[in-house]
Order: sequence, then structure tokens, then C-alpha cells
Amino acid sequence: MSEAPGRVVIVGASLAGLSAAKALRTEGFSGSLVLAGDEPHLPYDRPPLSKQALRGLTSADTTLPQPADLDLEFRLGVPATGLDRAERTVILADGSRLAFDRCLVATGARARPWPNSAEAALDGVFTLRTRDDAERIAARLRDRPGRVVLVGGGFISFEVASVCREMDIPVTVLVRDSLPLAGAVGAPLGSFVAEVARGAGVDLRLDAAIARMQGDARGRLAGLVLEDGDRIETACLVVAIGAERNTAWLDGAGLATDRNGLRCDRFCRALGADGTPADGIFAAGDVAHWPNPHDGGALVAVEHWGNAVAQARTAARNMLAGDAAALVPHDHLPDFWSQQFGLTIKLVGLAAGSDAFAVVRGSMEERRFLAVFGKAGRTVASASVDSARWLPAYRAAILEGAPFPPLPGGVDAPARVAMQSLEEPTR
Amino acid sequence: MSTLFERFLDPTNRADPYSLFAELRRQPVCPQADGTYVVGTHAEIDRLMHDPRISSDDLPDPQHFRWTGRPITDLIIRPVRAEIRKRHRPFIFRDPPDHDALRSRVMRALSVERVRGMRATTERLTGELIDKLSGQTRIDLVAAVSYPLPVTVICHLLGVPPEDEARFHGWATQLATALEPNQRGDEETQAKNEETFGEIADYIQDLVKAKRREPQDDILSDLAAGDESQRMNDYDLIATAVLLLVAGHETTVNLITNGVLTLLRFPEQLERLRREPEIAPRLIEELLRYEPPVQYRTRLALADIPIAGTTIPEGAPVVLLIASGNRDPARFTDPDRFDPDRRDNRHLGFGGGLHYCVGAPLARIEAEIALVALSRRLREPRLLADPPPYRQGASLRGPSALPLAIGGVEQS
Ligand SMILES: Cc1cc2nc3c(=O)[nH]c(=O)nc-3n(C[C@H](O)[C@H](O)[C@H](O)COP(=O)(O)OP(=O)(O)OC[C@H]3O[C@@H](n4cnc5c(N)ncnc54)[C@H](O)[C@@H]3O)c2cc1C
Repeated sequence: MSEAPGRVVIVGASLAGLSAAKALRTEGFSGSLVLAGDEPHLPYDRPPLSKQALRGLTSADTTLPQPADLDLEFRLGVPATGLDRAERTVILADGSRLAFDRCLVATGARARPWPNSAEAALDGVFTLRTRDDAERIAARLRDRPGRVVLVGGGFISFEVASVCREMDIPVTVLVRDSLPLAGAVGAPLGSFVAEVARGAGVDLRLDAAIARMQGDARGRLAGLVLEDGDRIETACLVVAIGAERNTAWLDGAGLATDRNGLRCDRFCRALGADGTPADGIFAAGDVAHWPNPHDGGALVAVEHWGNAVAQARTAARNMLAGDAAALVPHDHLPDFWSQQFGLTIKLVGLAAGSDAFAVVRGSMEERRFLAVFGKAGRTVASASVDSARWLPAYRAAILEGAPFPPLPGGVDAPARVAMQSLEEPTR
Repeated sequence: MSTLFERFLDPTNRADPYSLFAELRRQPVCPQADGTYVVGTHAEIDRLMHDPRISSDDLPDPQHFRWTGRPITDLIIRPVRAEIRKRHRPFIFRDPPDHDALRSRVMRALSVERVRGMRATTERLTGELIDKLSGQTRIDLVAAVSYPLPVTVICHLLGVPPEDEARFHGWATQLATALEPNQRGDEETQAKNEETFGEIADYIQDLVKAKRREPQDDILSDLAAGDESQRMNDYDLIATAVLLLVAGHETTVNLITNGVLTLLRFPEQLERLRREPEIAPRLIEELLRYEPPVQYRTRLALADIPIAGTTIPEGAPVVLLIASGNRDPARFTDPDRFDPDRRDNRHLGFGGGLHYCVGAPLARIEAEIALVALSRRLREPRLLADPPPYRQGASLRGPSALPLAIGGVEQS
């Protein structure tokens, strides 16, 4: 990297993009700053979309706060269609070109569409990623549909199910695996969430897959048939089967992209197809695929709010770094939260790939506990349910690579810490 | 040769404990001769406040009784009462899960709406207290405003009839010794505390009965309401009420007095507050950092805790020296400067973690209203003694009086 940048272009006007813009200004960048995004809205926050916003509670505003003196040029409502590395320009769909000295790729991810496009096109079949999506679903919920069906066993699915139950709308959750969330947080927590959801009146179907959806003559969803032959009548179905990274616009730019996103190094520098840092190009947020220092540099791509903010800040600093010695590594420990059925679930570290699990504070029976995940004898992650106050101590233990289970003894500890395998459900 | 912490506790250093801290922080976790571990750095205090191996249940068991010579009292009533008190301590001295249930009930009763609703009353009370100063040229701010304001507010919130307020003065002062480990252990203090607690408990019990008969819009009525399966039991209720009363008597008083003292030491800030009352919230946060009314809290290690190169052994008493953490240069730039414009002011003035002060929003409102009104209405205020005389406590630290010369009061 060479001269101090005069022009920065950020593609993707959401959490990572705006966080980077703020950080650039805080770090003293005074050149021109463009934030380009395909959505027509000013940057807004997504976590409320599957929570309060569906009940119209924060519809007032999910717009992310912006300091008045940011001096930012927005190019909203136009997607970027290409990146010319030689010319150092971003090409927009309307044909305009944005020249840059540094470019941040922050195009995040989109909801994975339902694979059958005819079914996906039925009126009443939704995905949930954007504010517009949330408004459409919220409008449908206000009309009190007979039954809402959620497809997918991830956090968003359960959050939406929770909102429906609060509104006293019957809801079915279809999960392809034998437990929800097990891939992300292991069987014990997955079965806990399943039990909580059932307790709240969710019709939870495990090992369930849709054979076909049925529409009426006017193209409206009327119901669906499961592979086991069961039929469910519904006019409102939300597909929540994960996300796909927005890298298609980078095709042809010679960058290292694949289904995991845009590869970058630990300094958030995007890598070229040849595996070396592409001059002046950085990535942050859901679109990034990066080496995680807390897991021996294994590549990860996370879709978490906290990472988008932290990575954007690191990328911003590194965009301004004069030389390689001034680069700072992205060493954020991934974390995540979810709110459902009146519980707040928080997670620090990466539970996927761990081999041991134990509840170390409170108890699952009381629905108030803290659990830890171990891998090869070390503590790698911690999850809390309505007990987040202890998480900082466990975060520190994870960062130190403390032996598993960490922090023995103390307040509210079970009489005996029972070790569990991650494959075995709690009940 | 006394240790730094002993010097901190020594009343002769009450006016300026801060100059001891730099040296004390050189070792973030300092073992003391008596087995206590004193922690003076921001990062380590913050960390221990969130550590599940740290307990707040650190009160010594009451062991000593002054014998009355009446066997029923000495052998039955007192031991039983002591046992009950031990099991039903106020929730600042309790751990999860019990702590959580009690605290969440209090949080519900001390709701945002209720606290906000106190604004108008607090403004009126402040106005009246200042009005009373008209015609005077020498005042004691503590007696005139800092003490009566929060006391009246907390009594009002709890639902203590105004005519009974005065009785709490002595009770609260006595019971606050529970927060001073160097005082609470001795026999005399324990006996007095028992006696005081007995009196206050009787009083509150009667009040609770009255609230059950005729519920009002106050915290005690809320806590007393509901059937026995849902509400907290009467022992916990009394302990909670006593806690709120003592906290309401002993902390905000210092915040207001420290505020006026600090503003008089930095007259340009006083002038600024007068002109721009909207800076009050930030100024109060800085005050909570710079002169925290609660200077330290004690805890107990329930397991060996390796931290900052030292291991706090299981069973050791731990002192979290908030006032020192608030002046830690590793966390705050230019920490000994009073700077209301400070950004990212994550002070420890209200504690942290699960015991974070439940009264924080109330204290902020009271201090804001009092300081803004005093800055506007006291004409040419001047300190008559700097430093002022201090109360005995090192934990709940604050001036016992703040003698001021004033050139009169402005009309409100
Ligand atoms: C419903 C929902 C609930 C969530 N809840 C939580 C939660 O509780 N906790 C948590 O930690 N995380 C949660 N998340 C995840 C969190 O919101 C994301 O991690 C975060 O939004 C990532 O930010 P980002 O800026 O990297 O990407 P995104 O927010 O995806 O933003 C990328 C932006 O780039 C735009 N874009 C894409 N392609 C182009 C292009 N070619 N040209 C121009 N612009 C383009 C997109 O339209 C979008 O506006 C939730 C996400 C969703 C959808």
C-alpha cells in the first residue's frame, strides 16, 4: 500500500458499510467517501426485523444512527455490477463509475431463495432479510393468517415463530434435521430450544421436508404437503433456510470468491484469485470469509452483527494504514444474540466443531443457564440463556484458551457439572 | 508501616484518597496482611464484577451478643432473629439465583415510569429547599439540600409517611456501617446494628400491614401486594425496604454534595452548567467517575481466581476499589482531570455486572435537578472550608457538612 487515500468507495450500505464509514472519519480520514447500496433506504438495522418489527413495534425506525458530521455521499437504490481493479473503479447498474483509492466490499448476504421458483413466486411465500420483507410479513400477520409456517431450523425461524405465538397466531416450524440449530450450537441447546418452542405452542416438526406447495387459482399459497404425506393448510409461509453471500457482482474482477464469500486475509484485505492481497480492496461483514485467529486460522464466515461492526472498524483502520507494519489484525471473537419466547440467548465463540458441552451456571430446567463448549480440552464457546451477565468472564476464558470446563466453583453452579457430548440431546 | 489500603481507610486521608491510588494500582491485585485482596485497576475490577466465582454474600455471621441476662431473649429470640437475618439479607449481599428474583421485583416496582414521575416532585422539593435559604449568607449545603432532598424522595417513593422521615436518619447512619468492613466486624457495632435493625424492622412491618390494608401508589405497596405464593416473603420485604431506605439516605447525598464541592473547585464548570443546563447529564457521569459516592465494595472469592499475575485464594475477602478504577490511566486519558466533555466514560460509579445500582436512574435525576437548580439560584457561592469535614465512612464517602457563603438566592 502506498499513498494516503483520497477517495474511498464502500459498496453495501448496511451495518458493515456504515460502521466502516464512521470508523474512517473517527480515524481522521478527510477525503471523499461514497456509500453505494442497492436498497433505497438509508442504512438500517436487521436484528429487529425478525423480532419487534414484525409486530410493528419498532417499525418507527430501525434506521442506524448516523453522526451529523459524517460527510458521506450516498448512492442508494442502484446496485454495483462490477469492479475494475486495473481502473480502480466500481461500476454501477446505471452505468456510472465510482473511482476509488480504497474500496470496501460490504455487500453482505441475501436470503437463500426457495429452490422451486414456481412455488417461491406464490403469493404468501416470503423470505426475511430486508426491511421491505419485514413490512410485507408484518402486514400479513396483521391480517391474522390461519397458520404461519416457517421453513428452516435456524434462529430467524424461531424468532419469527416466537412473534407469531405472542400474537396468538398458530405456527408450524419445519426442520429438515432431527433437531433445530444442532449444527450451530449442538444437540443439547438445539433440543432446549425445541422444547421451549413446543412449550410456547409451536407445532414443531422435525425430520420434515416439503414435498410440494399448493397454490390456488389466483396464485396464492393455500397449503403444502410434507414428504411423509401430511398436509398443512397455510396462506403464509416464511422460508428461512439460510443466506447466500452477495459476491456475484464481483465476477470477472479476479477476486477470490466462492459460496463462502469473498476471501480476505486477517487484515481484511480482499484476496485476488491468485491468493495475494488485491491492492486497495478490503472486505467486512457477512460477505467476508476470513481466517479466525481463535481457531488456528481456520477460515470462517459468520453472519453476526457484532462481527460486521468489528470487522468494518478493522478494515477502516487498515484502509488508512501507511504501510504493512501499521496493519491491525481482525481478532474479534464472534458473538451473537437471539430473542425468542421471552428468552435472551447469547453466544460467544464458535460452537460448531466442538466436542464437549456442560451447563455450568443455573439450570436448563429453570430456563436460566450458562453453558460452555469444549474442543480438545479447551474452552471454545459459551452460550447463555437469560444469564448474560457472566458472559464477559467466559469470553475472557475463551480468549485465554482456558481448560474445559473453565471457572470451576462459584455462584449458582450446579452441584455437579455434567459433561455431555454435543450429539446427545438434553431430554 | 501501614499499607496503602489502610491509609485509604484512615479518616485523615478522607479528603483526598486519590493521591494514594497511583501507587496502589502498580499492583492491580494487592494482597493485604489480613488476607484481603484489594483491586484498584479498572480492567480487573470490571472483570471481577462479572466473575461467577465472586460472591456478594460477604457479611460476617453475627456472633456476638450483649447478654441481657434474660434467658428467653439471649438463648432463643436473638439467635433465631440472627438466623433469620442471615438468611434474608438484603439483595446487595446475595448471589444468584435468590438475588435475581428479589432484584427483578424491585426493578419492576422502581419502574421507569415511576422514576420519571418523580421529576416534578423532585423539582418542587428542590425549589422549596432553596427558597428556605433566602436571607441567609452562610449555609451548610448538606443539611440544607443534599440530605433532605434524596431522603424525602426515597421516603415518598417507598411510601413512608413524611412525619416519620426523621426517624430514619439515625437508623440509616447506623446501618450504613454494614458497608464498612473495618467497622462492621466489631462487637459494639454489630450489637447496635442488631438493635437498630430490630427497630426499623418493626416499623416497616407495621407499614407493610397498613399498605396491605390500603395499597397506595408506592413501592412498598407494590412489593407487599399479591398473594403469598407470588410476592417476596416478609423477611425479604423488610430487608429490601431497609436497603432501599439506607441506599437512598447514604449515596445520593454524597453525589449532590460532591457535585457542588467539585463545581466550586472548578468555577468555570459551574458557570457553564448555569448557562448550559443540558450538559448536566454528562457532567454527572463525570462526577460519578471523579468523586464516586461509593468508593469501594467488598466481595468474597468462592474459588481460586488467577488474575493479573496473582491468585486470589478461595475464601479471601476482596475489595473492589471503584474510586481507583475510575482514575485508572489505562482506561481514562488524563484521569485526574474533571472533564464533563469526556467521551466513552465507562466509569464504575454505579458498580457493574449483576449488582449494578438499581437506583441509578433515580440518582441521576435527583443530582441533575439539584445541581442545575443550585447553579442557577445560589448567588456567588463560596466554599468556607476546603476540604470540608468528611463523614467517617471510607466506602460511602462524602462531606459531613459543606459550609458555604452565599450572596443570597435567586427567585426560582
Ligand atoms: C432478520 C435478521 C435477524 C438478525 N438477527 C440477528 C441477531 O439477533 N443477532 C446478530 O448478531 N445478528 C443478527 N442478524 C445478522 C446481522 O443483521 C448481519 O450480520 C448484518 O446485517 C451484516 O451486515 P453487513 O453490512 O455485512 O451485511 P448486510 O446487512 O447484508 O448488508 C449488505 C448490503 O449490501 C447490499 N448489496 C448487496 N449487493 C449489492 C450490490 N451489488 N450493490 C450494492 N449494494 C449491494 C444489500 O442490499 C445490503 O443492503 C440478523 C439478520 C437478519 C436478516
